[in-house]
Amino acid sequence: MKRFHGTFVFALAAGLTFGSVAVAAAQQTAAPAAPPVKLGIVSFLSGPAASPFGVPGRNGAEIVIEALNSGKAPAPYDKVGLAGSKIEIKWVDEAGSTAQVVTEFRNLVQRDQVDAVVGYISSGSCLAVTPVAEELKALTVYFDCGTPRIFEEKPRKYVFRPSSHATKDSTGAARYLLAKKKDITLFSGINQNYAWGQDSWKDFVGAMGVLAPKAKVDKELMPKLFQGEYGAEISTLLTSKSQALHSSFWDGDLESFIIQSGARGLQKRMPFIGTTAESSIGRLRDKMPDGTIIGARGPHGPLAPDNALNKWFRSIYMDRYGTAPTYPSYQMALSILGLKVAWEKAAAKKGGAKPTTDEVVAAFEGIEYDSPSGNVKMALGGGHQGIQATAYGTYRFNKQKNEPEVIDVIRFNAECVNPPSDKTSEEWIKAGMPGAKC
Amino acid sequence: MLTAFAIFSDGLVYAAYLFLVAVGLTLIFGVMKILNVTHGSFYAFGAYGAATAAGVWYDRGLNDAGGLLFMVAFAMLIGLVIGIVLERGILRFVYGRDEVVVVLVTYAVFLILEDVLVLVWGARSFTAYQPMIAAGSIDIGDLTLSNYDIGLVVLAGALAAFCYWALKYTRYGRLLTVVIFDRETAAAFGINVRVLYTVTFIIGAMLGALGGAMMAPKISVTLGIGVEVIVLAFAVVAIGGMGSIEGALIGALIVGIARAASVHLVPQLELFVIYAVMALVLGFRPYGLFSQVQPRKI
Repeated sequence: MKRFHGTFVFALAAGLTFGSVAVAAAQQTAAPAAPPVKLGIVSFLSGPAASPFGVPGRNGAEIVIEALNSGKAPAPYDKVGLAGSKIEIKWVDEAGSTAQVVTEFRNLVQRDQVDAVVGYISSGSCLAVTPVAEELKALTVYFDCGTPRIFEEKPRKYVFRPSSHATKDSTGAARYLLAKKKDITLFSGINQNYAWGQDSWKDFVGAMGVLAPKAKVDKELMPKLFQGEYGAEISTLLTSKSQALHSSFWDGDLESFIIQSGARGLQKRMPFIGTTAESSIGRLRDKMPDGTIIGARGPHGPLAPDNALNKWFRSIYMDRYGTAPTYPSYQMALSILGLKVAWEKAAAKKGGAKPTTDEVVAAFEGIEYDSPSGNVKMALGGGHQGIQATAYGTYRFNKQKNEPEVIDVIRFNAECVNPPSDKTSEEWIKAGMPGAKC
Repeated sequence: MLTAFAIFSDGLVYAAYLFLVAVGLTLIFGVMKILNVTHGSFYAFGAYGAATAAGVWYDRGLNDAGGLLFMVAFAMLIGLVIGIVLERGILRFVYGRDEVVVVLVTYAVFLILEDVLVLVWGARSFTAYQPMIAAGSIDIGDLTLSNYDIGLVVLAGALAAFCYWALKYTRYGRLLTVVIFDRETAAAFGINVRVLYTVTFIIGAMLGALGGAMMAPKISVTLGIGVEVIVLAFAVVAIGGMGSIEGALIGALIVGIARAASVHLVPQLELFVIYAVMALVLGFRPYGLFSQVQPRKI
């Protein structure tokens, strides 16, 4: 036993010695590696928004950054990391009070000295972080939050959002509904009683008012967030003569409502238009009623275009996580790719050297690039807010293949469903959506 | 007429949900005088446990009715285990402390259990809709009612009747009534109050888990469901009177009907109406509708 111990110690010492020599030799011969780029990635990792948005967003970031760091992403993203510098991630949970979110943002910028922050799902978080990002001159890229107010209230310098804001979700939903039901005269809505639900409903009603002035609102239901039990709301809708039901419900509320209303046959009386319903089809499968109008907050998931980047992204996501990526994963992917395009454009101007924050900011403004969900143009908010086309489709569960399908997909140009750069969303809809190129 | 019927039926279903959630909370408060924030966790663990049991049962293609029983049994087993661990492991050390301290302890445990949920089940949502779909529906005029909802109303009514009978006509119930009225006198008469505390807490935990298990087929079981439930349960218990089973039943009925009427007639007031009812009741009866008579001690 003693002899074995001595042999083991000798082997260990020899291994360490040879290992050290080999590493030292490698360090002497290899070119000095570019210093890493530190990114803070913020997403809901706990709480009710983690499952539908936070974790898919985090997963999207993880696999895209891994692919970038290994140089295995397809062209034009095949350069390692950001301009040759590998990306280091600092994960942060978005859960908690707004004050806590802001504190965590300050920690990322001031304590951890990250080069950029990518993240945020809640519009409340984005609205709170924006002035702090401007104050700290910290490059910040929002990936999911939907409120148009960020760039419509005042110009921003250090904040970007490549994903389109929420207006296109409602205008796209109205256009799709009218493409399928031209003679609609009565519709209802059930939306959560907070900023997202209220804004979504307001934009949808506004768009319907412009596109189908004869269609009137019947029931306008605003249950509280995470209510869970919708018996009375379903009865109210069952007693209405509405021909369609709009909803921006998400995750638990969406799935609870679909299950409860499905058991009572509501969707046989009026089609359900779910602007975020795509994120739940993987879980609900055959319990999502056929005929449901599916939105994905843009051309993401099953509504994404059939391009090489989408095929690559879906493939690496499914290989890693065993499920198809949903729209938050796509939004995260396109946000990181947008940062990469801007970073490398700025680095190219310096002959490959690491760009400063201001140089990346200047390079980011107004860029146009391809993503797994199609073309992104930083067209609004002085080049800080992206616009994309959007798409809606109709749900069907394919029993033969035992998998969900989205059929009758209609795509709408970015300029058809987003406001122009000289108008706020509200002004544009109120004015009758002038200049919409459909 | 149809609207009136819809308000009545929706009110009953919502009241059944509220009662199932609140009954364990009011029982624990009545006996132990603990405002148990952890009750939301019992509900959440019950729902997650039921969803897990549903997965195990239905993945094997077993029958629907047996699935619901299995879900309920598994959820209540989880409630039993958590109840024992919390009461024996934590709460018994804070008996006799200031009520605010005890509330803070249960709040701390609630936050810990929220993280335990993430550790055990992860951040994803679960569904356990099979019993609800299997139960089918019934048409009454233009209204389609879910048979599962009708079953919930029957269960809540049966549970209320059982609690009433158990408190009035069983030895354990009478001992509990004495403890609820005055624990010091109960102890002076030789009643083992500590044992009754433990048993009551475990029953309360199992009732909380039962509420979660029965709601699991209707909802998406996801993080945060315990938080929502505890706020509603407190409102119902405050209206009915802390510690009163019949108070919880009447409180649930008032809130259920008021909320259903609001959704049908003035949906803008849906959020407001529950707390308006609570404020109104507490304005006239600060200790709730069925508050206990307070013995005067000299």
